[in-house]
Amino acid sequence: MTTDGMNTGDMNTGGMNTGAILRVERLRVGFDHPLGVVQAVDDVSFTLLANERLGLAGESGSGKSTMALAILRMIKPPGRIQGGAVYLDRTELSSLDQEAIRRVRLAGIALVPQGSMNSLNPVMRIRAQIADALADHRVVLSKAELATRVADLLRRVGLRAEVADLYPHELSGGMKQRACIAIAICLSPQVIIADEPTSALDVVVQRQVMETLARVQRDLGAAVILVGHDMGLMAQFVDRLGVMYAGRLVEIAPIGEIITRPRHPYTQMLISSLPSLEARGTMHGIPGLAPLLRDLPPGCAFHPRCPRADARCRTEKPAVRDLAPGQQVACHHA
Amino acid sequence: MTTLMEIRHVTKRYGGGRLSGEGMTALSNLSMTIDADRPSITAVVGESGSGKTTLARILLGLTPPTEGEVLYRGQDLTSLSGEQRRNFRREVQAVFQDPYEVYNPFYRVDHVLNTPVNRFKLAASRAEGRELIANSLRAVGLRPEEILGRFPHQLSGGQRQRIMVARAVLMRPRLIVADEPVSMVDASLRATILGSLRKLTDEMGISIIYITHDLATAYQVSDNILVMYRACVAEAGAVERVVKDPRHPYTRLLISSIPKVSTTRDWLADEGDETIRPIPGRDGCRFVERCPVAMARCATAIPPLYRTEDHRATACFQFDTSPELAAAEMGQVLVGATAS
Ligand SMILES: Nc1ncnc2c1ncn2[C@@H]1O[C@H](COP(=O)(O)OP(=O)(O)OP(=O)(O)O)[C@@H](O)[C@H]1O
Ligand SMILES: Nc1ncnc2c1ncn2[C@@H]1O[C@H](COP(=O)(O)OP(=O)(O)OP(=O)(O)O)[C@@H](O)[C@H]1O
Ligand SMILES: [Mg+2]
Ligand SMILES: [Mg+2]
Repeated sequence: MTTDGMNTGDMNTGGMNTGAILRVERLRVGFDHPLGVVQAVDDVSFTLLANERLGLAGESGSGKSTMALAILRMIKPPGRIQGGAVYLDRTELSSLDQEAIRRVRLAGIALVPQGSMNSLNPVMRIRAQIADALADHRVVLSKAELATRVADLLRRVGLRAEVADLYPHELSGGMKQRACIAIAICLSPQVIIADEPTSALDVVVQRQVMETLARVQRDLGAAVILVGHDMGLMAQFVDRLGVMYAGRLVEIAPIGEIITRPRHPYTQMLISSLPSLEARGTMHGIPGLAPLLRDLPPGCAFHPRCPRADARCRTEKPAVRDLAPGQQVACHHA
Repeated sequence: MTTLMEIRHVTKRYGGGRLSGEGMTALSNLSMTIDADRPSITAVVGESGSGKTTLARILLGLTPPTEGEVLYRGQDLTSLSGEQRRNFRREVQAVFQDPYEVYNPFYRVDHVLNTPVNRFKLAASRAEGRELIANSLRAVGLRPEEILGRFPHQLSGGQRQRIMVARAVLMRPRLIVADEPVSMVDASLRATILGSLRKLTDEMGISIIYITHDLATAYQVSDNILVMYRACVAEAGAVERVVKDPRHPYTRLLISSIPKVSTTRDWLADEGDETIRPIPGRDGCRFVERCPVAMARCATAIPPLYRTEDHRATACFQFDTSPELAAAEMGQVLVGATAS
């Protein structure tokens, strides 16, 4: 296990791997493009503690989903993992062969992909889709065993056993999303990565799905990475929040800190762009466009939009600095 | 007053499902009017599966109603002439909920933007067409040089959604039916995109139906709100009234369920055990088994919409001293953009 990088962009919690279930170190992912490499994940490091709920928010297109896929080594060409390491417990995932990495998916780290509730197979009953996921991992069950297993999984996500016999179009959005969680947890993973699991659901159902996820997490003793844009959801669910901008993790901190004292100007502006339910006509976005990922501005990628940018920000890329255990920021002024 | 679109007593049923037995009602007896002279933004919020997308598809003429009429400029959609149909296709634009479905994976995203420019001859020259497309992409916070030439799977979820908004903007329609147009973009971009939609309404007189689960942006950007629960309108009216002082028990539940950006964590219950609710009978109020103030009659009769105020209607027997709302009156309950 490497110990370097503490001062060069490591979002480690400072300690060694005590209590850490997943460690991402200096991960870099690019997409080859005729005009240059799209740097979707740029030198990202962080540690996920056992049982922890970590949120990942940030600009649309900033690399959150790409990072989720990269952790599971599911990046397809023209994308490629250019560097870095991912440790699940003590195992470095890039050292694993295809067969071993397959076992890690679902059994070690389960991903509920973005939009997955819309990508359930429309012509297969839910039972068959769960059976497929199990078969994918060489879990061979008799018909009776399968029935029990499926019923148990559905119960754990708050669905009736009969739902197994239904097709996706017969389910409501909340039911589909729970079915996706059921598939994701079918091999009792240690880490669940949920990419925008509730952005298509009403807040009442959202709350039920998040309660489901919380319960499943508790039952399994798993850690959770929640990717999403809903700051209210983050405030209510996660322990820590990481904020991405243009492929970099620019800030990570306990959720209470982020809400009350965001350090990075991007985080500050993101928080102040949240719509209020108090007064109408007060909503405003951050001026300017997200940078071109294949041609990032020099220095800090946020400087063209940052009210605090100065000469240094325009030339020198800010390193990630430790502020406190579990709290880091990449800004010259924070 | 010129009515751009009107739907009267529209019901949509889908054939038998396993859970519901004898078919399911996706939309029940809904009426609304979109006034061409008083452009406005009307948010449609409510339960997942309550019929919001079904309403959108009916307004867009993509799904025929099982019962009721859908009128465009006073003419039933089923009887439009070729010329009228063409105008309808131009004047009423869609932004769909699921951007994955709309794109053809084998075409570059340019295709979804070039097609309407060509089909409706929106530009006099190729250069003008390119400029038009570039401007509409910038209006939704995208860089044309980054986006054009890519295939749909090469874009993030939020980027795909924004292209659909750009496409609708490009067409300069009279009505945009936007089904969760910004559900996958961050708060700052939501504000920017919705701000540019608001401008379309205020400066170009384009009305917008904004279907969303995000009540805070609905409150910020809309003039009116329609709250749906199980195929029915639970409450409708001026957004300021409905959000600040919800009357229907479902609207109250919905608003109180919004997770707050706060260090007080009280949103999740300790025990996340969700009991599975029975499908309600069709005889009573659909909210009855969850309603904290249900009365005996709520189980046996469906409450009509009562006009509790000039700019509000609520489908709840608590308000039965107010007059019932006639179908044609929904347009009066909804306010125009300039009213307050
Ligand atoms: N196959 C690809 N080829 C080229 N670029 C890609 C490809 N896939 C993704 N990208 C780019 O990589 C960047 C990161 O995309 P990603 O999907 O990770 O963003 P995200 O943070 O999840 O965004 P969102 O919040 O909108 O879902 C985006 O700018 C996207 O356009
Ligand atoms: N083609 C179809 N066949 C059968 N049932 C359908 C079909 N389309 C929709 N439904 C059902 O009609 C009901 C209303 O669906 P609709 O998609 O309009 O809901 P919604 O309010 O848009 O939900 P969400 O917030 O989850 O998008 C749902 O119960 C759905 O399962
Ligand atoms: Mg994403
Ligand atoms: Mg919908």
